[in-house]
Amino acid sequence: MVGIVGYGVYVPRYRIKTSDIAELWGEDGTKIGPGLGVFEKSVPGPDEDVATISVEAARNAIKMAKINPLDIGAVYVGSESHPYAVKPTGTIVAEAVGCSYNMTCADFEFACKAGTAAMQSAMGLVASNMIKIGLAIGSDTAQGRPGDALEYSAAAGGAAYLIGMKNPLATIEETVSFTTDTPDFWRREGEDFPSHGARFTGEPAYFRHVGEGAKLLFKKTKTTVDDYDYFVFHMPNGKFPIAMGKQIGVPKEKLEDSLVVRQIGNTYSGSAMIGLARVLDIAKPGSKIFVVAYGSGAGSDAFSITVEDAIEKTRGAVPTVDDYIERKTYVDYATYAKYRRKIKALG
Amino acid sequence: MAEQGVASVWRRIKAIYTIQGNMCETCGTYYFPPRPVCPECRRKGKLELYTFKGLGTIYSFTVVRQAPEDFKRQMPYVIAQIELDEGTRLTAQIVNVDIKDVKIGMRVRSCFRKIKEFGPGGIIAYGYKFEPTMKVTGHEEKPIPKGKSQ
Repeated sequence: MVGIVGYGVYVPRYRIKTSDIAELWGEDGTKIGPGLGVFEKSVPGPDEDVATISVEAARNAIKMAKINPLDIGAVYVGSESHPYAVKPTGTIVAEAVGCSYNMTCADFEFACKAGTAAMQSAMGLVASNMIKIGLAIGSDTAQGRPGDALEYSAAAGGAAYLIGMKNPLATIEETVSFTTDTPDFWRREGEDFPSHGARFTGEPAYFRHVGEGAKLLFKKTKTTVDDYDYFVFHMPNGKFPIAMGKQIGVPKEKLEDSLVVRQIGNTYSGSAMIGLARVLDIAKPGSKIFVVAYGSGAGSDAFSITVEDAIEKTRGAVPTVDDYIERKTYVDYATYAKYRRKIKALG
Repeated sequence: MAEQGVASVWRRIKAIYTIQGNMCETCGTYYFPPRPVCPECRRKGKLELYTFKGLGTIYSFTVVRQAPEDFKRQMPYVIAQIELDEGTRLTAQIVNVDIKDVKIGMRVRSCFRKIKEFGPGGIIAYGYKFEPTMKVTGHEEKPIPKGKSQ
């Protein structure tokens, strides 16, 4: 069966506390963190972007899987902050990890679920025997307009998954998607920052799509909440996934391990994929994982995953999600503004 | 001048993305950047492409406090001579480190970073920089935090 043969993540080293952002804009810093469920967020260095984050994550995945990169038949990178508008990030990743030139490559875009859409495409190519292994990456250096609510959560990070048939460390039994035309969050061509529909991003957008995606997957796999040990939902903030869990009756402890958003913020295309990686870092063979990624615009991709015995042999091969979370240096708002090119006079 | 840098960057992509040099099979010497001829063995030399493992130690370093325009956002930063485990040395920027922690003999590993942008509309050159080796944990060795389910 199609499964994950290796995975790797990357989170930049710099962090800014949400309380520091709040105080700059005259808000109460003590209330923002607990209110949003985001206490600090990752900030990319001045020489980091989606290409560099993707390469680091992909190198970790390849090292974990112990595969020959020449066996990778497809490289797909999902992001909404690709460094080039025209020139695929995937080409840079493929060259940097040592892929063959005889492979297919493309960049994906579907807000925060572009990476899971890439996973589904790789699954299709592997299941139809068109390729041996597919590399699917979700990675972002998310932008938030200074002073906007998004600025508290828009973070940077990425995860890479190698999808294959041979000796998977976790099998993907089923995947379903739910897609509609819902304008909850967007960025027009040439604009530096995205816009959003404020409260509209909740009920008709995130909750409807994640909820429907989850329902579809339960129905298709004939399973219930009780059949799963871990749940991973897209994490635009710390509140939404918990509220989503409550709506469909997920006990809090089954969701807790995936909530990386509290320490690193919303890594957009990397969000659910890093949450899944954190669960894979600790899950025992036989555990079942229920994942629903969400992308504004809007849609959800849901996956039913079972952890296999092979996962035990991969432990310690590459840095875990927690290793990256713990490796951090705090920066102040001025340094954050300099690194994120919010100071326009600097070019 | 959006096309600035295109050919010179493209020509070196393999070498600077993956630290690919070469190794003389006759005398066992490693070279980076790749050499067309082994200066030790001359015509008896047999050079084969070799991708370096990307691990090494800092041989010497300096802190840059007066940088070219393109690098002002990163000031102050560290440029070091790194002795790779295979024996050859190269010059690279050290990132993900506090300047006061950089020391001669420090273990470093290569990482993939943006080197230079040829203006806002030009190409972006990527390549190797180095960072201190980081802690890698097998999760079993770590105590499970209280209240977390396994």
